[in-house]
Amino acid sequence: MKFERYGIGLLKGLSVTIWHLFRHPVTTQYPEQRLNTSRRIRGNELIWNQEKCTGCGTCAKTCPQGAIEIVTSTSLEENKYVVENYQVDTGYCIQCGLCVEACPYEALYLGYGYERAKYRRGELVQTKEIMLEVPDRQVSGYFYPERAAKLPKQTLLVEGSIKQE
Amino acid sequence: MMISNPGHSLERFLQTLPPDWPGGFWWHWLVFTVIIIAFVMTLVMGFIYIERRGMGRMQARLGPNRAGPFGLLQPVADAMKVLLKEDIIPDRADKIVYWLAPIVAFTPVLMIFTVVPFQGGALLADLNIGILYIVAISSVSTVGIFMAGWGSNSKYSLLGAMRMVAAVVSYEIPLVISIIGVVLIAGSLSLNQIVMAQTVPFILLQPLGFLLFFIGGCAEINRSPFDLMEADSELVAGFHTEYSGMKFAFFYLVEYAEALAISAIITTLFLGGWKGPLLPPWLWFLGKVIVVFFVMVWTRTTFPRVRIDQLMALAWKFLLPLALVNLFITGIEVLTWPTAWPWVMILVNIAIMVILVILWSRFFKLGWGRVEV
Repeated sequence: MKFERYGIGLLKGLSVTIWHLFRHPVTTQYPEQRLNTSRRIRGNELIWNQEKCTGCGTCAKTCPQGAIEIVTSTSLEENKYVVENYQVDTGYCIQCGLCVEACPYEALYLGYGYERAKYRRGELVQTKEIMLEVPDRQVSGYFYPERAAKLPKQTLLVEGSIKQE
Repeated sequence: MMISNPGHSLERFLQTLPPDWPGGFWWHWLVFTVIIIAFVMTLVMGFIYIERRGMGRMQARLGPNRAGPFGLLQPVADAMKVLLKEDIIPDRADKIVYWLAPIVAFTPVLMIFTVVPFQGGALLADLNIGILYIVAISSVSTVGIFMAGWGSNSKYSLLGAMRMVAAVVSYEIPLVISIIGVVLIAGSLSLNQIVMAQTVPFILLQPLGFLLFFIGGCAEINRSPFDLMEADSELVAGFHTEYSGMKFAFFYLVEYAEALAISAIITTLFLGGWKGPLLPPWLWFLGKVIVVFFVMVWTRTTFPRVRIDQLMALAWKFLLPLALVNLFITGIEVLTWPTAWPWVMILVNIAIMVILVILWSRFFKLGWGRVEV
């Protein structure tokens, strides 16, 4: 006997909706409330460690979009390359993370931030100065598990653990 | 009494007026017209807020919460927006019909409240045919909606309006027959007398009648799951596709004012109207209206929209036979049942409702049983 045909199905549906009424909403009020993103997020910026970089240019060669531009010169007295210009056009970047994986000296990371929307294409170009790691521009744990371990855990909406502010 | 009662003081004020006061009845008319218009406008805004917030929470969203505290000013903001919008009239529209339609749709809805008692005797006109008047007048707004559909000169509008007429004509019948059950028990057509007659709320004596009236009422005012006339997945927006600005605002107002009217009628007929302990009567009335409307929001959130054949089949194959059976049983009960045992009658009636609904669900088929219901 199918009880769904005798109005039980309707009552079941009603109980589901009334239960949801007392449930915590999953919506986040974005600018005021922020969720912790995944610790391995591939944010839309690159972060560069100037000290570790040897100017080998592997990142530029791996980039499928050709978005990374690196200009080096030889410094004879120090016997190494000097990075003269290093910039990435994040407008072309597809956040594949190949440059980060390719870097032999662990000098390149993906950013933890995701709010790099701009009004003009030109502003999307990340120059050498705004690729350095500062408190505003944190490094994501992508490809670097020891870095990921230090980041806060991701908030899951199903836990209802959205911080009320 | 904890809360002062404006209704009583108003009545006293009206009684203190000398009988030869210029105007006479017109003072009563003026006061209650203002009260009704204020009541409808305010509560419609409240309903829009309740609906959007309640529906949001039931769908695990928040609903509008930006304008004002808790989003309370959202209906005001919406009203402002819609009033300031450009009023577009289609080139090929039937101008007079197009222009008149919102008014023809809106006026009858306001007129329904003429006979709805806000508390004992506090109503604009205590017609002795009150409920018949409501049945008659509420059908007029359908004409307005059909005028909108026809005048817009658009296929979506016309289809929506035609569906609306079909639904209203079909659902009017079980609706009215389920009202007769209440009228039989109360022994009067006047809404005030019906409220007076309810020592126990008629929802207990007429559970099946309440169910039929609620379903029929929801279909009559085209609330989801019966909102076929503005099924946005098929008909853009139904009869008000071509409307914008103030005229659209009128239709939006009609939609919620009708919901308010049906809630008020259900409250009056089945839930004991303004009767209730402790609190002042008008507050009881208001509270019950809001509860009924909340149930409407609840059903709207839960159930998916029905198809047009399901809509018609539900009216003619399910509601109408049950309404007739309900009327028959109520008639027998009114004639033969001893008045001393109302509580036994309540239990019997609830049992009858459950048995009838289950029985009729077995019989209910679409497309000679080929279509899954």
